[in-house]
Formats: sequence, C-alpha cells, structure tokens
Amino acid sequence: MASAFEYAPAPESRAIVDIAPSYGLFIDGEFTEAADGRVFKTVSPASEEVLSEIAQAGEADVDRAVLAARKAFEKWSALPGAERAKYLFRIARIVQERSRELAVLETLDNGKPIKETRDADLPLVAAHFFYYAGWADKLDHAGFGANPRPLGVAGQVIPWNFPLLMLAWKIAPALATGNTVVLKPAETTPLSALFFADICRQAGLPKGVVNILPGYGDTGAALVAHPDVNKVAFTGSTAVGKEIAKTVAGSRKKLTLELGGKGANIVFDDAPIDQAVEGIVNGIFFNQGQVCCAGSRLLVQESVQDELLDSLKRRLSTLRLGDPLDKNTDIGAINSEEQLTRITSLVERGESEGAERWSPACELPSAGYWFAPTLFTNVTQAHTVARDEIFGPVLSVLTFRTPDEAVAKANNTPYGLSAGIWTEKGSRILAVANKLRAGVVWSNTFNKFDPASPFGGYKESGFGREGGRHGLEAYLDV
Amino acid sequence: MSDKSEQQRLSVFKTYKLYVGGKFPRSESGRVYEVTTRTSAAGAAGKDKWLANAPLSSRKDARDAVVAARKAFGGWSGATAYNRGQILYRVAEMLEGRKSQFVHEVADAEGLSKSKAAAQVEATIDRWVWYAGWTDKIAQVVGGPNPVAGPYFNISSPEPTGVVAVLAPQESSFLGLVSVLAPVIATGNTAVVIASERSPLPALSLGEVLATSDVPGGVVNVLSGRTAEIAAPLAAHQDVNAIDLAGADDVLAKELEIAAADNLKRVLRPQPVDDWSAMPGTDRMTAFLETKTVWHPTGSLGASGSSY
Amino acid sequence: MSTAAPHALADVTASDSTLRRFLHGLPGVDAVGLEARAASLGTRSIKTTAKAYAIDLAISMVDLTTLEGADTPGKVRALGAKAVRPDPTDRTAPATAAVCVYPDMVATAKAAVAGSPVKVASVATAFPAGRAPLAVKLADVREAVAAGADEIDMVIDRGAFLAGDYLKVHDEIVAVKEACGTAARLKVIFETGELSTYDNIRRASWLGMLAGADFIKTSTGKVAVNATPANTLLMLEAVRDFRAQTGVQIGVKPAGGIRTTKDAIKFLVVVNETVGEDWLDNHWFRFGASSLLNDLLMQRQKLATGRYSGPDYVTVD
Repeated sequence: MASAFEYAPAPESRAIVDIAPSYGLFIDGEFTEAADGRVFKTVSPASEEVLSEIAQAGEADVDRAVLAARKAFEKWSALPGAERAKYLFRIARIVQERSRELAVLETLDNGKPIKETRDADLPLVAAHFFYYAGWADKLDHAGFGANPRPLGVAGQVIPWNFPLLMLAWKIAPALATGNTVVLKPAETTPLSALFFADICRQAGLPKGVVNILPGYGDTGAALVAHPDVNKVAFTGSTAVGKEIAKTVAGSRKKLTLELGGKGANIVFDDAPIDQAVEGIVNGIFFNQGQVCCAGSRLLVQESVQDELLDSLKRRLSTLRLGDPLDKNTDIGAINSEEQLTRITSLVERGESEGAERWSPACELPSAGYWFAPTLFTNVTQAHTVARDEIFGPVLSVLTFRTPDEAVAKANNTPYGLSAGIWTEKGSRILAVANKLRAGVVWSNTFNKFDPASPFGGYKESGFGREGGRHGLEAYLDV
Repeated sequence: MSDKSEQQRLSVFKTYKLYVGGKFPRSESGRVYEVTTRTSAAGAAGKDKWLANAPLSSRKDARDAVVAARKAFGGWSGATAYNRGQILYRVAEMLEGRKSQFVHEVADAEGLSKSKAAAQVEATIDRWVWYAGWTDKIAQVVGGPNPVAGPYFNISSPEPTGVVAVLAPQESSFLGLVSVLAPVIATGNTAVVIASERSPLPALSLGEVLATSDVPGGVVNVLSGRTAEIAAPLAAHQDVNAIDLAGADDVLAKELEIAAADNLKRVLRPQPVDDWSAMPGTDRMTAFLETKTVWHPTGSLGASGSSY
Repeated sequence: MSTAAPHALADVTASDSTLRRFLHGLPGVDAVGLEARAASLGTRSIKTTAKAYAIDLAISMVDLTTLEGADTPGKVRALGAKAVRPDPTDRTAPATAAVCVYPDMVATAKAAVAGSPVKVASVATAFPAGRAPLAVKLADVREAVAAGADEIDMVIDRGAFLAGDYLKVHDEIVAVKEACGTAARLKVIFETGELSTYDNIRRASWLGMLAGADFIKTSTGKVAVNATPANTLLMLEAVRDFRAQTGVQIGVKPAGGIRTTKDAIKFLVVVNETVGEDWLDNHWFRFGASSLLNDLLMQRQKLATGRYSGPDYVTVD
C-alpha cells in the first residue's frame, strides 16, 4: 500500500553494543580458546558483515566443559534453593538492565527485527529467569515428592531462531533445580550466549555452573553423546532430534526434545476476521516464520475464504521488510544462506507441484539473506508445502467445509506442536481444541508465550515440556 | 463301579488365545509355544511341567493389535474419566470373582505357593482399584490454569499419548503386568501388551476378564510369544506413540529405543523393580500423558470503557 | 420509513429485523486482539521527514473545538483566528480543518473563519446526551445549518441503541441527514464509551454508514472514555469494509482525549496502515481536539529549530 505517509528510517543505535573481534569458549568461568584452535565466523544475515570470530568447540573442549560442570555440580546442587534462586534473580535483573544492548546484539546476529527482540525475545528472557528463580526453593511443593534431586550435568543444544530465549528456556529451569549446564548455541547465532556468559560473571555465578560451547552440529553431537552428561535437552529440527534420541538410547540420560511443527491455523466462518488476519500474520511472519510453532498452514472455511484472503493480502502489503535494526521493520532477514536456500527450494517445489504463489510487491535488499512474505493458495494436503516444515515466511492456504474436516486436516501430519482456532463460538473452541493433537492451542490468538505456560509437542514435534511447573520435570530425577 | 469312581476325572484343557480387538484369535502364524511351570527345583531338574501351548505371535499379530488399539483410541480417550474409572473398577470386580483361577495360574506361572500367589492376585485386584480411582483425578493433579502475564486464560491439561506398546515384566506375570498396563489405559491410552514370555498364561486369561468388564474391544490387546520378536515391529511401528520397555533386558531395550526414535515414541526405559506390590506413584501415568496448553483472550472487564 | 442509501446494502434497512440480523451478523471483535494490533501500531517510530509530514497533516485534520457552557463570542472568535492561522510566527503552518462549536455560536464562528478554507462544524441533536424529542433535535440541526454550518456533528440515541432499537437510531440519523440537506456534511457520534463493547462499536459504525453518515465519530469528549487507537482502528476497519462493499467512502473522526503529537501520530499510523492514503486527508479524517493543536505546534517548532519549544511560544485560546 504505497502511501504519502512514508516512514523515515528509524534505526536503533548500534552503538549500545560492543562486539569484540573474537570470542572464546566459556568453560569453568573463563573464556578460552578451543583445544585445536579452530574458529568460525558469525555474520549479520542482514548484511553478510562479519560480526566476530568465535572459537569452535571440539570433543576435547566438550570433555573439559563437562568436567567443569561436573565439578561445579556438587556445590551448586548442595546450595540451599533460596541461594540458587538469588543467583537467578540477579541474572533476570541484569538481563533487564542490559536488554536494549542484548536486543540489538540479537538482531545483528540473528537478523530478526529489533521490534521483536526488544518487545518479545528480551522481555521473555528476563521473565523466564524470574519465573524459575522463584521455583528454586519451592521444589518440595512442585508435585514431584519431597526433596526432588537434580540430574547432574545437562547438555543443552539450542537453535538459532530465538537464540537467547532458547538459552533462557534451557538454563533457567536447569539451574533452578540444581543442575549445571553445558550449552551449545547455534553456529549462526553464538553471540548472545557469549554475552550471557558475561552476565553470569556479573551475577557472580560460581565457575562451571554454566559453560557455553559455540560450535556446529558435531559439537552438539559430542555433547549429547558424552558419557558424563546426565540430561540432554535439544530444540531444533525433527531430523536431528531423532538422531539424538538414537544416541542416548540405552543410556540413563533423561531426554527432552522440542522439534519441528506444521501448525494449522483454523479459521471458521464466524471468526473475528480482522483479529484472525492479525493472528495469521503473526502466526507465520513473526520471526520470518522461522518458528517451530508457526501457523504455517492456514485452514480456512470455504464460505469465508475469499473475504479472508482479500483481507490477508491487503494486510501483507503493509508489512515492512528491511533493515532489522529499523524500529519499523516487520520482516527481517532470513538467518542464514543455508536456510534461505531451503526456503527457496521448498517454495519452488510448491510452485512446480501446482500451488499458486503470491507475494506483495516487496523490494529485497541487495546484500544479506531475504525472502518476501509468501502465500500459497490452491494447496492440498498432498502438496509438499502443506506437509514439510519450511521454517520461513511462507503460508500454505487450505480450505475445509466442516469442523470435522478441519480437525482431520489439522491432525493429518506427523507433527503436533501448535494449532490455532478462530471462532466466536465458545463450544466450538473447546471441542476443536480438545480434538487437536498439538501441545499448544491458541484460540483467537496466536504465538503467545509465557514462562508459566508449558510448551512442547505431540508426536514428532518432540516430548517433554518447557515452561511452568511442568518444565521442572525435565531437570529432576523423577 | 468303585473302580470307576476312583479313576480321576480327565480335566478339560484350556486353549489359550490372544486377545486382540475384543476377540480371541489364534496367532495368524498358526504357531504356538510350550508354556511350563516355573519352579526353581523343577527347572534345575529339567522337569518343568507342561501347562499349555500359548500362541507364538508374529509381527502380523503385532500389526493387527496396533490397528485394533488405534481404532479403539478415539472412543476410549473420548470417554469420560468417570466412565473409565467405573470400567477399571469393574475389572477389579470381575477379577475378584475369578480369583481362584488366577491364584492357580500365578502359582503355576511363577512357581509360588498358593498363599504367595493369592497375595499377588489380591495386590493385582487392588491395583485396578487404585487406578480406577485415578482416572478422574490425574488431570487436576498434573494440569490446571497457568497464571500468564497477559489478558489470556491459559490452561494445561493432560491427554493420553495414544497407542502404547507395553512389554510386560518377565518375572511378575500378573501383578507386574497389571502394574504397567493399568496406568496406561487409566489415562485413556490404548495398549498392545506383550505378556511375560515365559509366563504368559495369566496375561492371556486377563483378556477374558477384560472382555467381560465393559472394557471396549481394542483398548487392551494381549500378545504372547517371544518378546524380542514382537517388540521389534512395535518399536518401529509408525502408528505406535509410546513404548514401555519394562519387560526388556538392557540389550533389547537399547535396540528398541533406537527403533522407537524413528517416529519419536515416548520411551519408558526399564527400571529395576524389587517389589511390584509397593505403592505406585503417578510416574507410570504421566509417562504416557501429553500436556496440552490452550490459550484464549479474556479481555479485561470494565477497563478502558470498551474491552470485551 | 427509512430511506436507505442507494447501494448494495439497501435491503438491510428494510425492517427492524433485517437490520438487526445484519448488524448481529457482522464478524465479532476480539477485544484483546484489537487492542494488541492498535498497540503494535503505536510502536511505530515516526522520525524526521515523516514526523514533519505527520505533524502538518495532523494540524490540517484538527476540528478545533470549544464546547463549554462558558463559551462566548470572544472565545469563539479567538478559536477561529487560531484555526485559520495556528502559528502566528510561522505562516507555513497549515490551517486546521474546522472549528467545532455549539449551534448558537455557528454564525460567530463563520464570521471568524470567513475567507479561509476552515470549515465550521456544529454539534447538534441535543449534544452531548441526545436526550430530546426528535423534533427538537431536528430544529437544532436546522438552526445550525441555517446559520452557516458546513458540518453537523450529531449524537446517536445511545439508549435506543443499547435497547436494541436499531431502526429507531437509523431513522433518526436519516432524518438528521435530511435536515442537513446538501449544505452540510454529517458526522455521527456514537459515544463509544457508552456503547461499552467493541461489538457494539462495529454495529454502530455500520448502522451510521447505512443511514447516510458522511463521517463516523467516536465521542463527544464529555464522558470518561473517548477516542482510543483501538476504537478508531475498529471504525477504520468498518469504513474500509463499507467502501469495499458499496463503493462509498466514509470519514472517521476520533474525538476527545487526543492531546499530544505522539498520540496524534499514532492515530495517523493506524489510518495509514488500515485504510491507507485515501483517508490521509482532512476530507476523510479529523481529530476532534482542542489542546492537541498547541502540542502539534510546539513539536513543529522543535523540528524547525532543533530546540524544544515551550507553552509561551504558542497561543492560548
């Protein structure tokens, strides 16, 4: 929608964050080089500018870090819960204090809009630490029996789509319950985890309680396979999740997996249409659709299909794609060249299979990794774009005639992470929510998160829950 | 005349059959295997007494059982928790009435004295009663509203995982079996159970009790045979959602856990159990429950004039 | 009796029941989602050239208002002068859209803005309560129009609306529209704070548009809750959808409670991203406000000079 009211650039200042030219691994409270001296570069996906050079952890480093965590475990787990709580409260507060810096950093390293890191990621990070801090001295009352014990050393592998938030989801409950952690951030987004190491230092967290090992998949594989790890937590792709499940098979390692999804966002003909449009947009274009619980399949009742699609297309035309640091940017960069390639090839497949592709007029920056918001109509259950997780700003539109058909189509996937329901009829919400095989059901809203709200999937979307009282179980010997 | 009266009456043997989809089929393979008594003395002397021929289930039997369990899942998981509780209690009632049969079978199966076998059977009946009471309570214990920081009602509820393959414990042929089976179905899952390989008869007889206790066909499916042979296709089956490895040894358990990873089944690893009569916690129920969290906007009554 | 507008929805107002069925068949409004959308638009960062554009646009959209029992001809003349030349030190500052006064002040206001593009709007129909016989309300309107009002800001009968007597509300608007004739554009005030729910605001919007409103307007400024980004967003969605169905474009006027440049720019962002540039014009969008204008002028001076202005450098009215 071209308009006389053109917003001037409103970039958030980059000066607030000071990125060092290089970072080491964070082991036993110290930054250290990798044993074999390997490094890799992390780039800003919006510009391809190299942000920093990062030590790349190998097996020897995994050994060192697990050993440090093991050593720290004895004292950390023996601390009174109230003391552990205070460390976590400190961390929560420091995150709040440094939230603008961390938001800018995350936007630089990840490519997502500052609007999101500022208004979603960072507030949720602080809230998550604040929430689990409070649990640390109340575990006796959590419903797992008296004096539930921690597991030991947690090996945690997190993805690049919400780098610091996923770190918070992993580290906060682990520390609250008395475990120590070795965490591997994703290779494309290591910086916020390394800044978090500095927050641990400021908080005075004992050495070895948190260890950060940047690296690639092989680093993560070494970590989850390490014999002295007691707990494995992974967020990422279903394919890797299956590999990890095989790796830990036969061991005593407790495993939780938060994997992919192909969420159905179901719009009934009596939906609050304008809010449904917002929910659809939020569901698939939040974080460029690089969200495991994205509402990537729109299931719309045939009787409102035209009206809804018109509104949706009009709304997509107002999305602002560009510099992620601009406060008015709605759609940022795709996180990596690799991810952009995957999105591109799946979208090409969608076209070649006969689905109808549409994007608003949208100029893409010349440098960096970008993909325009995209709709596919004329999609059926048989299309690849209706079955495979694209993990990008691509929405597949399918239709249905009756609630039963909507539920059947929504559930017709190996995944089971999220779903949305839009209708003004209360009993329909409850009935449909009850029948959906998905761990999170948003009715008349989408993509809402809260530390008190358990999150996790059915079926191939993984197992275990993060958040809430439920999230403690993954880190307790129960 | 006197000769005749002294002559012992020839007993009628029971043909033990599988219990699948509410019916009692033989193994589709036509195979059986010999089940004998189990006393350490007899075993040592190589003189186990023949008890019966049990069906030696095949992978196709396993497949049929999964189909039956899947078919039953919608109805069973959709039944009210109160209804499931009544049905589980009905199982206890039926068992109580057939106690002597099971005492006999358990004694033979496990080489126990009558009194010890009776204690096992009584504990088993009481276990059904325990889980019958849980059906409509577990949701309140493990679920409920979550205080999210926003204008949303947010509630988490447990839901059954789906079709659960259960490898019953090898040693405790009846109490162990029910201790792993009852929690699975109490919460609304349906089960494919592999009976103790060596001592499958109490499990097969349990099928007869379930069939007369209003448990819908397919909710519990009992297979007998070689645990490893039947478990492998179940662990790999894409329409099985979870697997309880109670009856697997470490080597088999690892193999099965690897196979189970293909569709990310929930896996309950074998845990050492000294005494199956000990009071169970909720773990065996929660292992096969999913947590579903539902959000809905609330608005805020009266604030800012127009808000809902 | 209704004489509905000649468009695709003409049948809707044929009877009480068709009207009710139509209004209750409109899509519902989820309050949290609506407010979240409005709030998210409120986070837009409007800087430099965009801000300068927005400030001048906002000034040009102000219905500079005085609706006090203590209004005097002197006060109204001052208001008129200010509307015509908001910043006596800077002639590039645009005039406001209109001055808005009570009917008995229309002639005075008309004289005060004579020769300028500034319109005179008059509230009427027993403003603000609207609790008077229809004949009185119509007389009120005719007096104002006769005195030269270019625009009539009427209030709907909220009592009838809340009682579900939609056709009564509709017919009254039709009658007022007739009384306006071709001389005056009609703004229909819903008093959204009294309608209380967003569903009601959407229904009232459609009711007003079906009855021939040229503008739909949130509030009188006389109750606790007046214009908000959320209720204005909702009304913009209504005019957007109405135009899509009928081809007829209707204006929107949030009124009451908009006091700062920051607020005004948020509203303009809502306009820009909901209905686009077709409404970014004072023929289609207005701010009912009084103190807003001075804040816009101070911000305008700040942009021009680079230093913050103060209340002594804008005129009190």
